[in-house]
Amino acid sequence: MMIEQTLVLSAALFIIGTFGVLVRRNAIIMFLCIELQLNAVNVAFVAFSNLVGIDGQVFVFFVMTVAAAEAAVGLAIIISIFRHYQTVDVDNFNLLKW
Amino acid sequence: MEAFIFYAFFAMAIGGAIGVVISKSPVGSLLFMVTTLFAISGEFVLLEAHFLAAVQVIVYAGAIMVLFMFVIMLLNLGHEYQQDLRIGVMSIGWIAAVSVMAGVLGWRLRGDSGLSASATGAMEIQAALEQYGAVGAIARPLYTTYVVPFEITGILLLVAIVGALVLAKRNA
Repeated sequence: MMIEQTLVLSAALFIIGTFGVLVRRNAIIMFLCIELQLNAVNVAFVAFSNLVGIDGQVFVFFVMTVAAAEAAVGLAIIISIFRHYQTVDVDNFNLLKW
Repeated sequence: MEAFIFYAFFAMAIGGAIGVVISKSPVGSLLFMVTTLFAISGEFVLLEAHFLAAVQVIVYAGAIMVLFMFVIMLLNLGHEYQQDLRIGVMSIGWIAAVSVMAGVLGWRLRGDSGLSASATGAMEIQAALEQYGAVGAIARPLYTTYVVPFEITGILLLVAIVGALVLAKRNA
């Protein structure tokens, strides 16, 4: 059982995902990077479920459901944004920016 | 042997994740993402989460990534590539990423933290796997201890379906 190495993997995936969200401007790729962050958390949950019992795996189940719901709604938002602006570059929709 | 498989999937997951961020076309990003998800599912198998490994491949790599692929095809992206990197944020991102990773590796290399030795949950999971099987081991807490969150998840999915329909409908 390699719990520490798995936590390192989780941290690395989360960092790469955060980096992608900050650096890319294509809305779909930003969205993929958010999924990457969710998966990094899932990896950490499964690693810790080896320490404290099976509850961690149940949480991963819930995270997956939330990720599926989030993907459905988020992609619908991206489609409706694309209808308005004919692009998915997030620099073009700054209406809600402070 | 287990360590070798672990590090093979480790490299595959990290490589796929880097590919998601640096790939030029959205379709390429998506395929790298599927690689990462598959590698993560391999790690799940090594960590005694057999049912989650199957769900990871079926739901994540199967359903959610196909949904992304549909949207990319619908929006007709991926033909002409336009540079979409925020160069200004990039330096801050590099500093943050390298420092956090150095911290994590420093914690890891400082010596044995004793996490693996105190893995009492692993025994519990092994016992549940032997008694109830891969699905039953996770279904038992899901339908007893966590039955209320489970039902709320159902409502969440319903709300998500309605929301997606309202948003994606023309003339909404």
